[in-house]
Amino acid sequence: MLNRNSMIAVILSLVLLPTLALAQSAEQKGLEIALAAKAFDQGFADFTANMRMTLKSRNGATSTRLIRIKTLEVEADGDRSLSIFDEPADVKGTAMLTFSHGLEPDDQWLYLPALKKVKRISSRNKSGPFMGSTFAFEDLGSQEVEKYTYKFLREEPCGDWQCYVIERKPAYQYSGYTSQTAWLDKKGYRVVKVEYFDRKKALLKTLTASNFQQYLGLYWRPGKMEMVNHLNGKSTTLEWTDYQFKTGLSDRDFRAQALKRLK
Amino acid sequence: MKRILLLLSLLTIAGVSAAQEFSGNIALESLIFSEPGLDASQMDDNITLSFKPKWTGEWNDGDDAWSVEIFLRADNRDEGREHADIRELLWLHLDGDNEWRVGINTMFWGVTESQHLVDVINQVDQVEGIDGEDKLGQPMIHLKQYHDWGVLDFLVLPGFRERTFQAAQGRLRFPIVVDTSAPIYDSSDEDNHVDYAFRFSQTYGDLDLGVSLFKGTNRDPQFDLGPGIPHYVQMTQVALDLLLIADDWIWKLEIIHRDTDPSAYQALTGGFEYTFYGVYDSDINIGSLAEYSYDSRDEGQRGVFDRDLFVGARLAFNDAQSSELLAGIIYDTEKHSQSFRLEGNRRFGDSWKGTIEMQVFSNVDPSDPLAAFEKDDFLLLEIARFF
Repeated sequence: MLNRNSMIAVILSLVLLPTLALAQSAEQKGLEIALAAKAFDQGFADFTANMRMTLKSRNGATSTRLIRIKTLEVEADGDRSLSIFDEPADVKGTAMLTFSHGLEPDDQWLYLPALKKVKRISSRNKSGPFMGSTFAFEDLGSQEVEKYTYKFLREEPCGDWQCYVIERKPAYQYSGYTSQTAWLDKKGYRVVKVEYFDRKKALLKTLTASNFQQYLGLYWRPGKMEMVNHLNGKSTTLEWTDYQFKTGLSDRDFRAQALKRLK
Repeated sequence: MKRILLLLSLLTIAGVSAAQEFSGNIALESLIFSEPGLDASQMDDNITLSFKPKWTGEWNDGDDAWSVEIFLRADNRDEGREHADIRELLWLHLDGDNEWRVGINTMFWGVTESQHLVDVINQVDQVEGIDGEDKLGQPMIHLKQYHDWGVLDFLVLPGFRERTFQAAQGRLRFPIVVDTSAPIYDSSDEDNHVDYAFRFSQTYGDLDLGVSLFKGTNRDPQFDLGPGIPHYVQMTQVALDLLLIADDWIWKLEIIHRDTDPSAYQALTGGFEYTFYGVYDSDINIGSLAEYSYDSRDEGQRGVFDRDLFVGARLAFNDAQSSELLAGIIYDTEKHSQSFRLEGNRRFGDSWKGTIEMQVFSNVDPSDPLAAFEKDDFLLLEIARFF
C-alpha cells in the first residue's frame, strides 16, 4: 500500500510535471523536480546507517573513518542528525548533533569524550572540510528544498538511466559554492552526480553516487559515494552499510545533553 | 601502588570478559624544564607513562548501560604524580525523560576556556595539569530530567575527594610541599560529608543558559591553618553560565556567587571567540579568543584569575591528521605577570597522536599565586597510542 507522501510523489510526477512542462520557465521546472524529489523521499521517519569514509591524498595515501549516522525526519523543519565516531581511535566516542533549519543557521553540538564536555558550536563553517575529507559540511547536511534556487537545464542519459540535469544555487549564507549541477534520474529522483562550482565559478569537485538500493520499497539510498576535488587531486569515498528505516527513533534520541551517554 | 595494580588487573580481567566495547589510550610523556626549580629537590626533567582504559556495555536494548574508566600514571620521580583513579564506574538507566546515573562519574559544566568557575562537581586532579581540566572521579547519584522548558539535574554527592598535589621532587607545585596525609575539614563529617547540586539548563535559539547550585565541601583547599596543610571548608555556590552564538562570534560568560569561609565573594569569566573560516582560501580556520576574569576577594585571598586577561588563537588545519594549534597568553592587568602557553597536536597514522605543550611564566610578581611556578617554564612532548 502506498502512503500519503508517495501518493503525492506519484501525482506530482505523473500529472504535474508533464502538464506544467508545456508552459513553464526553466526555473519553475527546476523547482518542480526538486519538490518531486523531496516528495519521493518524504515519510521515511528515521533511519540509521554505518558510514565508512576513506580519504585518499594526491599520492594515494589513505586514512579511514567509521561513523554511525542516525537521522530523524522533522515535519516543517530540517532533519535532526547524529554522527557518532568509532574511528580513528583518538576521536572514538565523539558525537555531533545537528538540528538543521533550512535557510536559518543550523544548531550544532559536539560531545568531546576526553573532556566529557558537550560544546555548542557554530554551524557557520558550511564550506569547511568534514573530518579532513573532500566533503564539506554543507555537502553532507540535510538537503531541504528551500536551501537552493533551481533551474532546469536539460534531459540526458546517465548510465543506464535517463536524467534531469538541474542547476541549483545555494540560497543559504556562507556556502563555498556559486552553483551546483545535479543529475537526478527520472524514475526514482536518485542524485547520481553533482558538480560543484567554487566562488570563482570554476569546477571544484565532482560527486558520483552508485550502488543504489531501495528500502521499504520506497526510499533509494546510494551504497557508495565518491567526491573528487579537481583542484588538489584528493578524493573521499563513502561506503554506506546497514541502512535501517523506521527504527522508532524520537526527539529523545536527539538531545544535546544525551550525547554524553553514547559510547 | 601494588594494591592499585592488583585492583587494576582484577578490573581488567572482569572488564574484558563482560565488556561489549573496549577503548582508551596509553601515552608516553616527556617533560623538560628550562631551569632548576626554586627548591633544590625538584627534578629538571621526567619521563612518565599513563594508561586510560575504558570498558562499556549495555543491556535492555540500551536502556541500561555500564561503564568503567580508569586512569593510571606511573612516575618514578614524583610520587605525588604517580597515582591511579577511577574516573567512571557507572550504572546508567534510561527511563523515558529521566536518566539515572549511579556510581562514580566525571562531568563538565560551563562554557569558558581560560577558567572553569561553574565546574565544581569533581575535584581537580591537579598533578595532571594546572588548567583544571583533569578531574577525579566523584561518587554520585545523578538524576537528569528532560522537560520541554529545560533540563534539570539533581545530584547527591556522598564522599569527598582530596585534591592531588606533587611531592617534593615535583615541579609546578607550591613552595611548601603539601602534606596530603592530614587534611583538615570544617565539617565533622570530614570527607564523608554529603554534598548536593542542582542545575537547570536550556537552549533558547542561539542562546544556551545554565543556572546551578552547589552546597557542600569546597573543592579548593585553603592553607590558612598551617604550612602545607590543606583545609577544606563548606560552601554554597550559585552560578550562571551563558553562551550566545551570533554568526562568526561566540560570546561566553560564567558568574559565581560563592558563600564560603572566610567570606562570601563573587567571580566571573567572560569573553568571546571570533572565527575566521577558510583563511586565504585554505581549509584553515583561525579562532581568536579573549576572556577577562574578575575575583571580588581581597588581595592575598584571590585565585590566579583575579584581574586577568586571556588572549589566544586557535588554529584548526582541518587536514586528514586533524592538526590543531592553540596559543594563548594570560596577563594580570594589575600585577603585569604573564603566562604564555602553546598546545599543538596531530594524528599519526590511524591510531597514534602526538602532542606538544609549552608554557612560559614571565615577569611574575612575587605576590601573584603564579610566583610558585616562576622557574617552571616547560616543554612537554607526548606520544599516545589509541585503541
